[in-house]
Amino acid sequence: MDNNQYMEMFLEESRDHLQSLNERLLDLEQDPTDSDAINEIFRSAHTLKGMSATMGYSKIAELTHDMENVLDLIRNDKLVANEDIVDVLFKSIDALQQMVDNVSNGEAEDLVEVKDLVDRLNQIASGSTEASPAKAAPVVNKQPAAPITEKSTEKSNSQQDIVLTDIDIDLIQKAKQSGLRALHINVELIETCVLKAVRSYMVMSALDEVGDVIKTIPSTEDLEQEKFEYSFDIVLITGEEEQQVKNILMEISEIQNVTVQVLEVEAPVKAPVKAAAPAVVKDDKKPAAPDKKKQAIQHHDNMKSGQSVRVGIEKLDSLMNLVGELVINKTRLEQIGNTHRIAELVETVEQMDRVTGDLQSIVMKVRMVPVGQVFNRFPRVVRDLAKELNKEVNLTIEGEDTELDRTVIDEIGDPLVHLIRNSMDHGVEHPDDREAKGKSRVGQVGLIARHEGNNVIIMVTDDGAGINAAKVRSKAVEKGVVTQEDADNMTDAEAVRLVFLPGFSTSDVITDVSGRGVGMDVVRTTIEALGGVIDVETKENEGSIFKIKLPLTLAIIQALLVNVQEEIYAIPLAAIDSTINITPEDIKTIQNKETIVIRGEIIPIVRLDKALNLEATEDAEELYVVIVHVGDKKCGIMVDKLIGQQEIVIKTLGKLLSGIKVISGATVLGNGQIALILDVAILMQ
Amino acid sequence: MEQHEVSANEVQIVAFKLKREEYGISILNVEEIKRLTDITRVPFTPDFIKGVMNLRGSVLPVIDLKKRIGLPDAKYSDATRIIVVKLEDITVGMIVDAVTEVLAIDSTHITNAKQITSTESDVHSESNKFLSGIGNLNNRLVILLNLSEILGLNGEIK
Repeated sequence: MDNNQYMEMFLEESRDHLQSLNERLLDLEQDPTDSDAINEIFRSAHTLKGMSATMGYSKIAELTHDMENVLDLIRNDKLVANEDIVDVLFKSIDALQQMVDNVSNGEAEDLVEVKDLVDRLNQIASGSTEASPAKAAPVVNKQPAAPITEKSTEKSNSQQDIVLTDIDIDLIQKAKQSGLRALHINVELIETCVLKAVRSYMVMSALDEVGDVIKTIPSTEDLEQEKFEYSFDIVLITGEEEQQVKNILMEISEIQNVTVQVLEVEAPVKAPVKAAAPAVVKDDKKPAAPDKKKQAIQHHDNMKSGQSVRVGIEKLDSLMNLVGELVINKTRLEQIGNTHRIAELVETVEQMDRVTGDLQSIVMKVRMVPVGQVFNRFPRVVRDLAKELNKEVNLTIEGEDTELDRTVIDEIGDPLVHLIRNSMDHGVEHPDDREAKGKSRVGQVGLIARHEGNNVIIMVTDDGAGINAAKVRSKAVEKGVVTQEDADNMTDAEAVRLVFLPGFSTSDVITDVSGRGVGMDVVRTTIEALGGVIDVETKENEGSIFKIKLPLTLAIIQALLVNVQEEIYAIPLAAIDSTINITPEDIKTIQNKETIVIRGEIIPIVRLDKALNLEATEDAEELYVVIVHVGDKKCGIMVDKLIGQQEIVIKTLGKLLSGIKVISGATVLGNGQIALILDVAILMQ
Repeated sequence: MEQHEVSANEVQIVAFKLKREEYGISILNVEEIKRLTDITRVPFTPDFIKGVMNLRGSVLPVIDLKKRIGLPDAKYSDATRIIVVKLEDITVGMIVDAVTEVLAIDSTHITNAKQITSTESDVHSESNKFLSGIGNLNNRLVILLNLSEILGLNGEIK
């Protein structure tokens, strides 16, 4: 019960760590000597272990603990992260993901069977890799690719470099000028210490009495949360002697050892300055390494500098509502000012207009999330799939900073998975076939996002076989998707688009990956539901490009307002071709259906009052028809009056009225009235 | 109205009129009370759903409470009000003929719906499921409604 308030935090953070585990493990797979990657993996696993143990999820903690054992060996260069080990680690991450999902669904974490994984991990950790088909053998004395700088390995080597910022250095120098000294203190707790946070707190308060603590490694926050192993470092500015300080600290129980050194600093320089001697030994071994480490540290700083706050989307929604309400009230004030001719009021409202405009655009911006959030899961998907299909594929991701509305981001993931799978399964050929065609063995799959006007374009590209238009035609006819005649009349580009129709699949074999003829149809419907369009370009043997065009946001759209009886309805502009006025005589009845003819084209007519089950009224002398399209199908919607085009904020009708198909939402107009938004695709059926 | 100390056994009720009878719902479910405003009709809904209204920028479904519990229809008047109620995550406006007052009824003076059945009340028997009890305040009878049934939380409204 008590844990409930932390639950959300736990889940979110776990997911972040799992994502980072996935990403960094991919890096490690690419370059098994990447010490930054392994260190980060280790940290994520360690944090995950700590969090889950605190929350009482012992299974998660157990599995991460076993992973940690293996990771520790890799980190200490006692084990090479070969394919087999990386596979097991990936599977462990998947299992963890599953467990975290279970927890979030309110199920028990232990529904996931992890015994095999735990056994494998333990086998690897204990060095008995024979049980597996692995080519792996623990390498004991491997040439260290990078020095090991993690805390645990330094229990014996009590010193650790301290990275000082310019501010720290400044402080130390000022202290020196006033006759004080900076001491670098390393405190080691005994390994059986249970209350590490308490001990570190006692150390800190003891030091506070004799001087000023200007820096701790790890940070004081981490110390309080026990995010350290058994030792930590402190920089203290004090007038006391080293021995004196040491004696004070040694009085605290459960402290194994304390080393105190005077910290000398040089003149402030831009780059982080290291503390005196001890770490230099390592530098001799491999000069390039400390740079790498410095980079890692700087990288870490960068991550910290972009401060952010997590906010629930529903809070943003209500913020949006409030802004909308403000705009409506502003319009009312404007009207009052105009009707009563109060110049001062009109002027004030003008200024208010500017502020509300800014407010509105910022609220919209806040809802935007970079597509990278969706893209970052694909390296893993591609890796697994390439293995499954025995293909060699390289994924390039571009434009992951491109921003989209949160709601679109949530929906776009699955369609992209379908498309990527499709490209890898049907597009990219087997390495041998590629070689035979004179291509490189490694297929290229691209995932590209960019802005284009008021839209965001996401493209999935491959340099594979392309789509064979003739094959698509014959398949489509065979499946009864189109008639032979229609197929023959199509251009190649049109024929290729048949893949988006329901019940279509060109793969001769139904694979696990794709080829069941549901994928592309589902992709298209999802994209269209988001107000987007999907198209495909292909060239035989050169590859295909699937291009998705999405609106920047779902919350605000352009719409045409129309009037039927007392109510106003909004038709999304994206679906509208044109509007025309006709007279009742223009309506022709063909096979009991009302139609009109525009430029030789016969277009069926839907009377909106009839379609919405309103009582019918007599035809006026002049009738208004909005021509809309969904895909290639066109239809005329007959309304009483056209009001005009307007940007509208989409709101849902709520749970109570959620089942009404023909209405996709509602919007509040400037005068406070509510207009219902029509779902054109449903209207046309 | 005299100040009334709320004791532990008392239930606070917002009382309102439908026709000539007095009804009530727990004050904990009441968000606010509004005058009748423009209501936009929504197609393909049951006839007791009057439509949607604008409640400070959000879209609020509105129920005609009389139609909902099977009372005969009547014209709206100046006294007509919309009570905005919230139950779980659903917020709905309910049109009532008039809001009378907030009452504190001792829970011992509330008769459970199960004990009443159809004999004691003149509420239409079909609508008994909407009944949660009857409160007796010095012989003034207030019919207490079961909001969960009225909002169709049990899946009745489609």
